[in-house]
Amino acid sequence: MAKTESSLKNMFLTLLVIALIAGTSLGFVYKFTKEPIEASKLAKQQMAIKKVLPEYDNDPASEIYELKSQEGYVLKAFPAKRNGELVGVAIETITKKGFSGEIKIMVGLQPDGTIINYDVLEHKETPGLGSKMAFWFRPADNSAEKNNNEKNSFFKWLYGIKDGGGGNRSIIGKNPGKSNMKVSKDGGDIDAITAATISSRAFLDAISIAYVTYTNEKNKTNAKTGASKQIKEGGNNE
Amino acid sequence: MNNLKTFTNGLIKENPIFTLLLGMCPTLGVTSSATNGLGMGLATAFVLIMSNLVVALIKNLIPDKVRIPSFIVVIATFVTIVEMTMQAYVPSLFESLGLFIPLIVVNCIVLGRAEAFASKNNPISSILDGAGMGIGFTLGLVILGATREFLGSGKIFNANIYPEDFGMLVFVLAPGAFIALGFLIAIINKMKQTA
Repeated sequence: MAKTESSLKNMFLTLLVIALIAGTSLGFVYKFTKEPIEASKLAKQQMAIKKVLPEYDNDPASEIYELKSQEGYVLKAFPAKRNGELVGVAIETITKKGFSGEIKIMVGLQPDGTIINYDVLEHKETPGLGSKMAFWFRPADNSAEKNNNEKNSFFKWLYGIKDGGGGNRSIIGKNPGKSNMKVSKDGGDIDAITAATISSRAFLDAISIAYVTYTNEKNKTNAKTGASKQIKEGGNNE
Repeated sequence: MNNLKTFTNGLIKENPIFTLLLGMCPTLGVTSSATNGLGMGLATAFVLIMSNLVVALIKNLIPDKVRIPSFIVVIATFVTIVEMTMQAYVPSLFESLGLFIPLIVVNCIVLGRAEAFASKNNPISSILDGAGMGIGFTLGLVILGATREFLGSGKIFNANIYPEDFGMLVFVLAPGAFIALGFLIAIINKMKQTA
């Protein structure tokens, strides 16, 4: 077959046909993969919600509502209820103070703001340093790390390393309203990840944003119901 | 015989990473672990094979002056297919490779093979060339990824070999990619000379 000549008409038609075929085939692939892509995103969200909340019997994802933080972020909140009573809220929080880019964290709060658990959804921190935040801020005696420690005992003996005892790393069970959610370098209560202070600060920032936004919102609704009563009684609005 | 040569050509003699030094951006970017290297390598291999096949099939229909844009559209189509499929069925791998999947489009090795091989040869040897180059690229990425993962975090394919704390972190970070690649190329060149 002879090579097609490089005339304007030929070039135009070839590119048009190629682009058409490419576009159509991509459209088909998009149609086929659209549902699985959404399903896998949803599954990830569901898993994160389950991980950070106590047992619940409703569907938090269907009762989702949005919170606006002071910084202007829009946070998603997933309320968990057992027998109709609020047992916790999973909040998808975000910070832009990371070492590189945004960090998205799902954090579970009890109704009073105490942290139940967290799950890092998305981050671009340095692998091996900032990326440790996925487990660093949990109690040191969690099974995975313990297992690891046992495996490594020979090396620790070889290099003469003693276990540090964990320090004040965990944020689980702490209430940001009562304890100082800052890295110890900034005068706070939490030990930063070794060699990743910026990532640690960003992590705690995201947690604080979730807590502050959630409690503000809660106070506001409380104030509203309280305020309407007060107005009826002729009192001052706050 | 000739076909076999075409296939093995990409594996060692003209290995895209260690000999041709093509496609360095994903090579250095994603090889922080062997798993990432394997995923990236296979994705690129698929794109290479498919684009080589299609380019070989349509090479006579494309006017010379617009061949590069046509090749790019063909390549981009396959890359997007890979991207969407990965996102749908292996979301965890998709997340760790992230930005580098769309960047396969501008990977020199893909366009290079389309231009230098597929546009001059028949479909069958083009597929073999794509497969050889793709597997060679995968091999290179896995070797580099495994080296970096082992030196940096004490693991290979996520299996612990020695504790992470004793790893040289620099090998997981960007500078380590250059260092590891440099030494690997030196070793392979030496082996080639003696062989």
